[in-house]
Amino acid sequence: MPETPSVQELSALATECRADIIRMIELAASGHPGGSLSAIDILVTLFFREIKMDPKNPQWEDRDRFILSKGHGVPALYAVLVRKGVLERDELWTLRKINSKLQGHPDRVIMPVVEASTGSLGQGLSIAQGIALGLKLQKKSARVFCLMGDGETQEGQVWETALSAPKYQLNNLIVFIDANNGQIDGHVTEVMNLEPLAEKWRAFNWAVQEIDGHDYSQILEAVAKAKRVTDRPSLIVARTVKGKGVSFMENNIGWHGVAPTKAESEKAIAEIEGGKRS
Amino acid sequence: MSDKATRDSFGEALKELGAENAKIVVLDADLSVSTKSVHFGKAYPERFFQMGIAEQNMVGTAAGLAFTGFIPFACSFGCFLAGRYETIRVSVGYSKANVKIVGTHSGLGTGEDGYTQMALEDINVLRALPGLTILQPSDDITTRAAVKFAAAHVGPVYLRLTRQKLPAIHKASSFEPWKGIVVKEGGTEVALLASGATVSESLKASEKLSRLNPWVVDFHTIKPIDANLILKLAKTCKKLVTVEDHNIIGGLGTSVAEVLAEAGSSTPLIRLGVQDTYGESGIAQDLYEKYGISAGKIAARVQEAF
Repeated sequence: MPETPSVQELSALATECRADIIRMIELAASGHPGGSLSAIDILVTLFFREIKMDPKNPQWEDRDRFILSKGHGVPALYAVLVRKGVLERDELWTLRKINSKLQGHPDRVIMPVVEASTGSLGQGLSIAQGIALGLKLQKKSARVFCLMGDGETQEGQVWETALSAPKYQLNNLIVFIDANNGQIDGHVTEVMNLEPLAEKWRAFNWAVQEIDGHDYSQILEAVAKAKRVTDRPSLIVARTVKGKGVSFMENNIGWHGVAPTKAESEKAIAEIEGGKRS
Repeated sequence: MSDKATRDSFGEALKELGAENAKIVVLDADLSVSTKSVHFGKAYPERFFQMGIAEQNMVGTAAGLAFTGFIPFACSFGCFLAGRYETIRVSVGYSKANVKIVGTHSGLGTGEDGYTQMALEDINVLRALPGLTILQPSDDITTRAAVKFAAAHVGPVYLRLTRQKLPAIHKASSFEPWKGIVVKEGGTEVALLASGATVSESLKASEKLSRLNPWVVDFHTIKPIDANLILKLAKTCKKLVTVEDHNIIGGLGTSVAEVLAEAGSSTPLIRLGVQDTYGESGIAQDLYEKYGISAGKIAARVQEAF
């Protein structure tokens, strides 16, 4: 992979990752395909174009950090880490199995490269803020990227951090919301409406942008803009499609936390690899 | 040495530690004047984070600071910290974050503010988290030692402190990590096992019980508990009595009961403390009297048992 993969190359990587996400959840017979597929384009773009890391030294102290606050989307993170060379692809097929380091939600103790143990929603942003504060105290230029789900932001702890990060002018903190409008019990707009989401974060004094979370150019441009902000943290509402890339999963809440059967998995992978993903 | 609240000793010790160790950072949730973290905040404003009235965000932020190599002390009243159990559970406990959670205003000793400000079940919930050390020093000297130990120890710690003043009990050299301290050697009848504020009450009670010549032992570390010392006392004495300013469920009494039962000890145990009820407003000493953990009430209860 070249130093700065093109948009086409990012798309090819995302296709590989999507297929692996489906395959690992099928083999685990449990997991969250919908929110992994909605987030993968953001992850691929960040990890292959933005996040500074050293695969040979994952704990390099000047690295950028990525905190997956929506821990249930971890198959997307594992798939990306394979392509970054810090995880063996064969390990993916041990997801959620006993004695595997690929826990159902990220575990920083047994897999330090995931940076934070998440899955209890609403906590990752506070951790990301703490890391951002620590890096500033150490006068390091590294950045902290954090990805939350939209439903996740129904947690009160998120809004505590929404208040505090601007107070500390954490311009090294860049947060994405994977706004796929889906959560276990239904559409976010119905379960507990968050809109107008961008306006809420603007009112909390964040530098806010709203983009298409499947458009690599828009993701890159949003990060570039966020990096130019000098006095506050950035929040990017990335509008996404839950289950993106698999026609029968797209916008179907039923695929939030259900594993595909072998037949469904094969159908999904054929579709992904056939390039039906727009 | 005049009487002193362990929160005051903590505030001074933390400020001193800040001078020695640049990795110490402190967070508070709008109670720094009460928890005494304010002294550190004034001395080292760049390493002090005022998080506002938002404890779960404070705890999570402390975890993030720990992940960048700092040693964060996150301070509030014990009840407000333990109430954010889920954040402590995942962001600190499961994550093995090197965070020091400092809860002041422990128990009935909080006094007039009443139950909602009293940590009475904090040990119970936090004790269930693997790898989390629970410290409850009983005077100025042991509090200073506990603060130093907490900073040096790699791993999460809960430090439980008092609002009310306590008399000096110990000598400079007596604090050893994980080990209970025998404050007063006794005979073969009874041992009073105490922690924090109840150590001085137990010591005073022992003076009223000279006929029974009780042992008085300070368990400044509740987790991991000093099982060897408990079993030694159980072999020596006819009865053991635990005294705690906490619900008797899940605190010192429970910890001792577990050790005794698993070792097959037949030594009877009396658990003094808040008897599975809520607290209330009042002067601290009056509450100690009403709930049976004042020196007089401890002595009376022990007399009854013999």
